[in-house]
Order: sequence, then structure tokens, then C-alpha cells
Amino acid sequence: MPRKLILCRCEDVTADDIAQAVAAGFRSLEEVKRYTGFGTGPCQGKECLVPIALTVARESGAPVAALRPFTARAPLCPTELKQFAALAAGPEAE
Amino acid sequence: MTAAPRRLAGLDGPLPATAELVIVGGGIMGLALAYNLAVRGQRDVVVLEASYLASGASGRNGGGLRQQWSTEMNIRLMQESLEICGAFARDMGINVWMRQGGYLFLMRTPETRAQIERNIALQNRCDVPTRLITTDDARRIVPELAADQFLAASYNPTDAVVFPWPFLWGYAGAASRHGVRIYTDTPVTVIEQRAHDYLLTTGRGAIAAPRVVNAAGAWSPRVAALLGLTLPDWPARHEILSTEPLKPFLGPMVSVLESGLYVSQSTRGELVGGITMHEPKTNDIKMGSRLAFMGAMARGLCEVMPLLGDVKVVRQWAGPYDLTSDGNPIVGEAPGWPGFFLCCGFMGHGFMMAPVVAKYYALHLLGRETHPLFERWRLGRFGEEGTEAEGMIIG
Repeated sequence: MPRKLILCRCEDVTADDIAQAVAAGFRSLEEVKRYTGFGTGPCQGKECLVPIALTVARESGAPVAALRPFTARAPLCPTELKQFAALAAGPEAE
Repeated sequence: MTAAPRRLAGLDGPLPATAELVIVGGGIMGLALAYNLAVRGQRDVVVLEASYLASGASGRNGGGLRQQWSTEMNIRLMQESLEICGAFARDMGINVWMRQGGYLFLMRTPETRAQIERNIALQNRCDVPTRLITTDDARRIVPELAADQFLAASYNPTDAVVFPWPFLWGYAGAASRHGVRIYTDTPVTVIEQRAHDYLLTTGRGAIAAPRVVNAAGAWSPRVAALLGLTLPDWPARHEILSTEPLKPFLGPMVSVLESGLYVSQSTRGELVGGITMHEPKTNDIKMGSRLAFMGAMARGLCEVMPLLGDVKVVRQWAGPYDLTSDGNPIVGEAPGWPGFFLCCGFMGHGFMMAPVVAKYYALHLLGRETHPLFERWRLGRFGEEGTEAEGMIIG
């Protein structure tokens, strides 16, 4: 795989960045996310999570099945603030 | 963002049987303290992190660095902390995306203004150039503000924001290079006080040390409870969101004092901010996200800057503040527990305070110098009269 291949297009994280994160000792996707910033842009990992998981597995030698996706965050897709502002103030449910 | 490959994450394998000093908590406080100790010659420091680095409040905060406080102690500490932060990228060799765009506090009531005027007088005596400005002046700094609804604003152009994550890698990397051993996924399950040391049991084996520092943030009461020590701090969920990246337009961190709303634009372009949500006091550490927060924050943002209605939210998350009754932290040796030190209760501003607090904490532990904060913020102050409370707790 070309080292400069961009795996996270929102945050310009390359295959080489992922290899460096693994070399620095990061093994979980939560850690690699925080070290490289991958998955924090508009797509929130929808495009990049799988190719990056495969890259982390290959670089670290861990089976892909051992990797867990990072915590999914609301909203499901980027949503205008005015949509949320229009919600009535309700009870603070969990 | 990445620096040259070097060991930054936690070590694998069993713990060493002993250490000179064990720090419980691999957040900004624990890592900054480990670095500050090691760089001044303290050998054999071990950091134990229950989860991964940046998993707690240190990886979940808004990255604000402000000097607008109500007490001289916090003002002067943050002046020094900001200096350390300004040199951090150079000293540690990592980009922390620091931007000195100032902090603009908006206020609605004469009561708030009276308190802020007292704070500003104190800040000015400490050479922080905060000034009370009109809403017209506030609009000149942030043209997008719907400023008419406010009474006035306080503005300090030298406050700043950073991106929190690389700060941790900077301290973790530098601490490791100076010999500190950092173990992640290593929760402490038992602490036993023995004649001359403490024995900490973890999933990776046990480690004994004559000195232990509890820097576990919102988890610090649980760590202390392992020893039978009751701490008066408690965890409180605070939620936060991030938008899609925008062209740079927002100079300062903007905050509304009465609602606790705050929002800044990071150097990555996104808006990051939160707002006070009232929750019953609990000992549970909750990090779930709620739609109620999203609604309250969206309403607050659209009220302050109506054109933000068309900006898209991409992510919301939460982290735990570590609260005390007087708004100040808990530091120093726990009375009755020689060698067991506390570094917790930082009220949601521990991230910005860590660079300076860790420096003085290291000097204190090394017996070289003791800062007045160790008298002011000792555990024994709770229940005493005449203690000074911090009023500028935001979010």
C-alpha cells in the first residue's frame, strides 16, 4: 500500500500516519483515533473506519476481529443546529 | 499531527515489583506530573492508567486556556500556565494547535457585571489586560454576535485555546524519554497501606511504592476509597459538541456567564462548545450523550450567533468534571496517610492548570520548593471557615 495513501479524507490521515501510530504503541481504534485525528471530521469514520482498522491490524499483527470500532457519536449524519434548536426543551432523558 | 515514531502509548507486560513513586491516572495531570518529576531528576516513576491515555476528561474537554478568574491564586497560576503552553510545541516537539484569540465573556445582568468588575480589577492588578467592554465593542470583535441582548462583555485578548489530545502525547512522550514507565489498561483494584509503602494491586500484577499520587480526576474518590479514605469531590457529566469545519471567523472563545455556554473555533476550523445542564448530584460517572443537551446548546448558539443555525453538528460527547464545594482543587499529602498524595478536584479546568500545577507539584514532592497552593488547597480546608472560593466555573 502506498505510504501516502489517504485513508481518512476528512482529516488527511495517511496509511503512513496509521503505521506511525501503531509504531508509537497505539493498538486500539480509540487510541489511534485520538493520536491521528482520524474519524473526527464530517464523515465521523463512516468512510475510513474499515480501511483504517485493516491497516492497524496489518501493522500491529493483531487479528481484525480483535479490533473494536470507536464509540459512535450522535448525530447520525451532520445536522444543522437550527434543527436541534427547534426541538422543544424537554426532560433530560438518558 | 503525528510526530516521529516513538513509544507513547502504555507499556505491555507485568508491572515492576516496586517504584519510587506511582501516579494513578494517565490524564493530563498524571502525565504532566510524571514528566515534571522525571525531568528534574526523580527516578523510577510509574504511571497507572485504568483505560487508555486521554480516555477521561483530559481527552474530552474544550481546550480553553483563560486567565479570567475571581481569585488571585488562579489568575497567577494560569498566567504561568499559559507561558508554559506557549512554549510547549517548541519544548516538546509536538503541535498543540494553540491559538491566542482571547476570551469574550458576555453578561446579561447588573449582578453579574458587578462581580465581573471586581474580577477584572483583580486581574488587572495581576497584569492580565482584561477590560469591560460595551456590546458594540463586543460586536466589533465578533461581528456575528446578536449583542443587543447583553449588558456588557469582559474581554481578555491574551486567553487562548488548544487542541487537547496532542498535549497528552507531548507529556507522555517526554516522560517516557526521561524514564517514566506508563501502563495503560491497568486499573488499580486494591491499595494496601503497609509499614513503609503502599501496595497497589492491578490486573497486571502488584507494585509497591513509598509514595503514591492520586491524579485520577473524576475517578479519584474511588481510588482513595480503596484505601478507606473519603474524598469530598464528586463527578459531574458535562456535554460538548463539535461542528463541521468552517473558514476561520471566530477570534475569541465566546461564553455567556449566566448560561455557562461557551464556544470557540479550533485551528482545525470546527466550532467546539458546551453549556451548563443541571443534573442531580451523583457519584456515578456518566459519559452518555443526550438529545436534551443538543437542543439546549443549539438554542444557546443560535441565540448568541443566529447565523450558526445553518452550521452542521458532526459529533457530541461527554466527559466528567471533578467538582468540589468551593470550586478549588484538592492537593498535597492526605492527612493520616503519609506518602499518599492528592491531585484532584480540578473543577473542569484541570487541563489548562496542569502545566503549572504539575511543575509546582514536582518541586513540592522533590522537597525543593512549596507553593502556597499546597496550603490553600489542602484536603483539611473543607469544613474550616474563611476559605476562598473560585466563582468562575464555566460549562
